[in-house]
Amino acid sequence: MITGSKGAATEAQQYVWGGAIPLQIHLHESEVTTLPPPPPALILAPRVGYLPLLVPQIKPFFSSSLPPGVDTVWFEYKGLPLKWYIPTGTLFDLLCSEPERPWNLTIHFRGYPVNLLIPCEGEDSVKWSFINSLKEAAYVINGNCKNIMNMSQSDQTELWRSVLNGQLEAYLRVYSKLKLDIVGDDFSLNLNPSRQTNSDNEATGITKSGKIPVRLYVRTIDEDIDEVEDAPIVDSWEQIYYINCPVEVRGEGKDFSLNDAIKALLPMLFTEEASVDVDSQAPESESGEVSDGGSSRSSQKNGESLSAHAGLFKDGTEIMLVRIQGIEPRLDIPFGWVAKNLMNPEQYLHICIYVKTVQP
Amino acid sequence: MMSESWDGTLSFTEFFVAASNFSEQWRKLNSSLPQWTWIPSPKRRPWVPTNDQAGYLALENMILPRLSKGNAHHKSDVAETEECCSDYEDEAVDTAVVVLNDGSGEHRYDLHAVYSVSYRVPVLYFRAYRNDGQPLLLDVIEKDFSIDSAQLLTRAKWTFITQEEHPELRRPWYMLHPCGTSEWMTLLLSSDVSSAQDRIPREKYLLSWFSVVGQVFGIKLHLEMLNLVAPQ
Repeated sequence: MITGSKGAATEAQQYVWGGAIPLQIHLHESEVTTLPPPPPALILAPRVGYLPLLVPQIKPFFSSSLPPGVDTVWFEYKGLPLKWYIPTGTLFDLLCSEPERPWNLTIHFRGYPVNLLIPCEGEDSVKWSFINSLKEAAYVINGNCKNIMNMSQSDQTELWRSVLNGQLEAYLRVYSKLKLDIVGDDFSLNLNPSRQTNSDNEATGITKSGKIPVRLYVRTIDEDIDEVEDAPIVDSWEQIYYINCPVEVRGEGKDFSLNDAIKALLPMLFTEEASVDVDSQAPESESGEVSDGGSSRSSQKNGESLSAHAGLFKDGTEIMLVRIQGIEPRLDIPFGWVAKNLMNPEQYLHICIYVKTVQP
Repeated sequence: MMSESWDGTLSFTEFFVAASNFSEQWRKLNSSLPQWTWIPSPKRRPWVPTNDQAGYLALENMILPRLSKGNAHHKSDVAETEECCSDYEDEAVDTAVVVLNDGSGEHRYDLHAVYSVSYRVPVLYFRAYRNDGQPLLLDVIEKDFSIDSAQLLTRAKWTFITQEEHPELRRPWYMLHPCGTSEWMTLLLSSDVSSAQDRIPREKYLLSWFSVVGQVFGIKLHLEMLNLVAPQ
């Protein structure tokens, strides 16, 4: 609400929007027709952007080496075709257990894997994938997506250009008109103690649902490793489970922590006992063990308290890492703050969780 | 819940009940057509949140009813679609098969009704292919659509039907965008009970829903099925 009405970005939002991943892009060897092969392209990829948007910058590095044909561009990391509709920063957080800088990706201009990836017709495809995600997020937040559907053409253009160019201030100007304020943020709550209503919403007839749009990604590690950076590479999307899953902020909002949200998303990893005392355990803020204190110990005890599925994983399934926008936030941070400050421009909060599951 | 406060959405459990109801009615009245089948979600990691009913409703290998060429698509007269010879005679769905002249055989459709937790409504995912299994692209599929739908597809290229990842199969499928569904479902179901002062018949939800989205593919539910939606 503060952000929306005053148009001022928070410091955290500025970091998120300013965040970029250095990429070193190699042309796939099957498409190299020149000797010597072209050197890799070095480029900065915005965290909140999408890989196909970089193609106009990358193409000149390789255009003279390509075989004849029509471009159908896609990217790959260690054999895994990358889903372009997942924001670049999220792909990085999910696939590089230990941040790899520069991130070495392979680009293909031919042979699009149509069975696996949604076709991409360049910027238009990305723009509409973005807008349709924004619509879905708006629906989660407001119970309808009228504000997105009714956006003027010029606002729509401005919004997209701000995402394309990474201009947070311009983005917030349009965003403030969309009335997508989420509940559970401390500042908003102070201003509007009755979280369901404020003057804007009454005027537009919107009732806040108290839901926050979340895209949860769970990377499963089947080996008994101690450090998250020892995780084996992801060579198939089967190893990653992801889902759009609204998280309902319960109670007054300010007491609802990131840990509560993760519990709501993955209840099977938590036991009754854990839910009682987990809040008092301050997780460490260093390195990859953030969630260890809060959740993994508790998951050891899962076997007794949960029905049906529980027996299958009583042997120590544990959360190794919770990563959002490249950082491992403390789990006691209010979830409303996390959502407001770390969400992507399409209003989804992308949460990456590494889960280790070892069969005896 | 009273009709006036209902927002046109369903919980997953209500979706499951409505799906069972719909597939049962379909089976009774369209016994020689492909059947709607409940497909359980693939086995996932045990700690991933699912409930025992997780899955979606699928109608596979459906040969679309075709209006004979030159007929006005707009005519809603039931008899219009029954003039062609058909294996499906006397079925409740007004369907008929026309052998296409392009030598490629019929077009077969897989339709999946998948519950969306964001929109809290069913979402239709579909794909189409020839008899030999070769997938059809949207510009070919478009010709199977009613004129209204084809026009909408041109007008609203990115907001009516786009390719999306099937939430269960993780492969590109076509999807009918669901952002307006709850709104028109409110109108459809609430008006049915407005006089009865009764609760919304949510178990009939899919029946009503498909009576609308099925029209994109020229599948019209017979009056006998639609009457099931109306108050007793």
